[in-house]
Amino acid sequence: MFDIVSFIPRAVMQGIPLMFGCVGETITEKSGNLNLGTAGVMYVGGICGVIGAFLYENSGAEMSTFLTIAIPLLCCILGSALMGLLYCFLTVTLRANQNVTGLAMTTFGIGVGNFFGGSLIKLVNIDVPSVVLTKTSNVFSKTLPFADDLGWFGKIFLNYSFLAYAAIIIAVLASYFLNKTRPGLQLRAVGESPATADAAGIDVIKYKYIATIVGSVIAGLGGLYYVMDYACGVWSNNAFGDRGWLAIALVIFTVWRPSLSIFASIIFGGLYILNVYIPTGTDLAINEIYKMAPYVVTIIVLVITSIRSRKENQPPMSLGLPYFREER
Amino acid sequence: MIQISKRGAVSRKRNIAIRLAAIVLAIIVCAIITMATTGTDPFAVFSAFINGSFGSERKLWIFLQDTAILLIISLAVTPAFKMHCWNLGAEGQVLAGAMAAAACMVLLGDTVSNGALIACMVIASVVTGAVWAGIPALFKAKFNTNETLFTLMMNYVATQIVAYFCVKWENPVGSCTIGVINAQNEAGWLPQLGNKYLLVIMVAIIMTVLIYFYLNYTKHGYEIAVVGESERTARYIGIKVPRVIIRTMLFSGAICGVAGLLLVGGIHHTVSTSLVGGQGFTAVMVSWLAAFNPIVMILTSALLIFMGSGANQLASSCGLNQSFGDILTGVLIFFIIGSEFFVQYKISFRKKSKEAVKNV
Repeated sequence: MFDIVSFIPRAVMQGIPLMFGCVGETITEKSGNLNLGTAGVMYVGGICGVIGAFLYENSGAEMSTFLTIAIPLLCCILGSALMGLLYCFLTVTLRANQNVTGLAMTTFGIGVGNFFGGSLIKLVNIDVPSVVLTKTSNVFSKTLPFADDLGWFGKIFLNYSFLAYAAIIIAVLASYFLNKTRPGLQLRAVGESPATADAAGIDVIKYKYIATIVGSVIAGLGGLYYVMDYACGVWSNNAFGDRGWLAIALVIFTVWRPSLSIFASIIFGGLYILNVYIPTGTDLAINEIYKMAPYVVTIIVLVITSIRSRKENQPPMSLGLPYFREER
Repeated sequence: MIQISKRGAVSRKRNIAIRLAAIVLAIIVCAIITMATTGTDPFAVFSAFINGSFGSERKLWIFLQDTAILLIISLAVTPAFKMHCWNLGAEGQVLAGAMAAAACMVLLGDTVSNGALIACMVIASVVTGAVWAGIPALFKAKFNTNETLFTLMMNYVATQIVAYFCVKWENPVGSCTIGVINAQNEAGWLPQLGNKYLLVIMVAIIMTVLIYFYLNYTKHGYEIAVVGESERTARYIGIKVPRVIIRTMLFSGAICGVAGLLLVGGIHHTVSTSLVGGQGFTAVMVSWLAAFNPIVMILTSALLIFMGSGANQLASSCGLNQSFGDILTGVLIFFIIGSEFFVQYKISFRKKSKEAVKNV
């Protein structure tokens, strides 16, 4: 029987990293920057949190709850902000091709994640068998205290850690920011037509930088959530997989609306683990076919949105294009 | 006050000099990163790098063979990129071609003669590769569907299909891998020229020349260039843009299929989900770094393979993780991407305008 009460929480937990990635990428894309390096950014966010937590856990100091959260969080934010800065420096200041820069960032970011994930113990010379951050993970994955007392309601709605609720709050705030605030509207103007925005006195370069860095930080948090909560503090190489790319696809799926990303990412999270919940009998191979679900659905969605091609569902006009004031 | 202005025509010498400077700078930065993380002295780092690619005759051949495969995939993606069609699906197209070749080897291994089997493999992998690229191209041409993400998702679909057959045809049972196919009778193994590396290298050389001519001296190549520069111009002079898009993507996919064929029939004699190992993405960068010029791609693909195998050599001798190569590749590409700016733009420093006024 399909166990919906255990399926939904797992789908949500799968969806949270996608939600962070999708909201971050949406904010970035609204400035006209198509950051294909999101996969790399999320790896870097995750591994920076791991490095921070690992050093703190093994420093021998008495661990306080506040620092256990603050140190990995700060490391993660710093690492992913640097990735965003790098992307902006190359594409905005040095006017490089956005697609190639994004791909290089993906290679670099995944490389950084896997390298430090695999070599951290050797590099810092601490005598432990593997990178397992149980103490940090316990703090990060702490759920609401009364979740267990409320039966199925608690299991479905209250059974998550603070970062999961943060993701939803960030998505709602991003939606409010982009639609209702002055800087949000100005940001959208930059993404639609940077020349017009520039003429109206908006500092295009500043907006692009800030949007990309903030977007990267949000995406990076997705990596942190994945390692600390979903993977229980265990870093294994390539485990994060293709979630970064799916997050970029989700941006199109949600037609650049952060509020929609809350539901969309949970649906995709569900598709991700669907194969575990479909009875396969003795045929193990068919399981691999079920794992195709999120990608096939993404393709179908891409095709449908392009066929419908509604005016309000289009990407920001200048997405992927560089802006040089001198070049008209 | 910093002023940035666009240069006019850039001389060839200056262009090459700036790029070389970027590569040298990148290598220095890579050496510093390596020293900081591994604690080895710079000479040991450089000797490990040279050793990784040229240390022995076997390493040299493997270096050439890896370069050849990366070069073929880069050549495959080039026509599409020249058309500004961002095909990130080379990974999946190679894998689809490889899977088709492997399927022929498994299913027809004992039934037909070796010549007929190899002919089947060639046709199957070329067609499968082309179809894998053709599906996104069709939607791109008809509905302007985003080809970047479509081709990307096709990669994962291909990966899962390979994973499916890895379980279905597992050998030995329980390993979830296909293992070396037809190990006894070597049916479907591509013939060797001299040694086992030369065939792949020869194919790569022939491909390079062919693609060079295709892009520069044929009508198709001209149409690709026009569509890439300006779709409106292309339509104005009567080029059927959708047809060019579909044709070029089919062509790209077919060459990817050849790469898959070589990987399965010529090198590994098996197929797995990690067969292509991200080279489909590296190829995009190789192609772009060479400014879509097939001849220059020989150098850029050799450079990336050199960095990769050097880093692997170093990592294994220091007991570090193999992904070190990806970091160095990333740094190298960042520098080359950044150098483009200095080729195209001129930076001049002027005194602040207030002082300028005073001086007058």
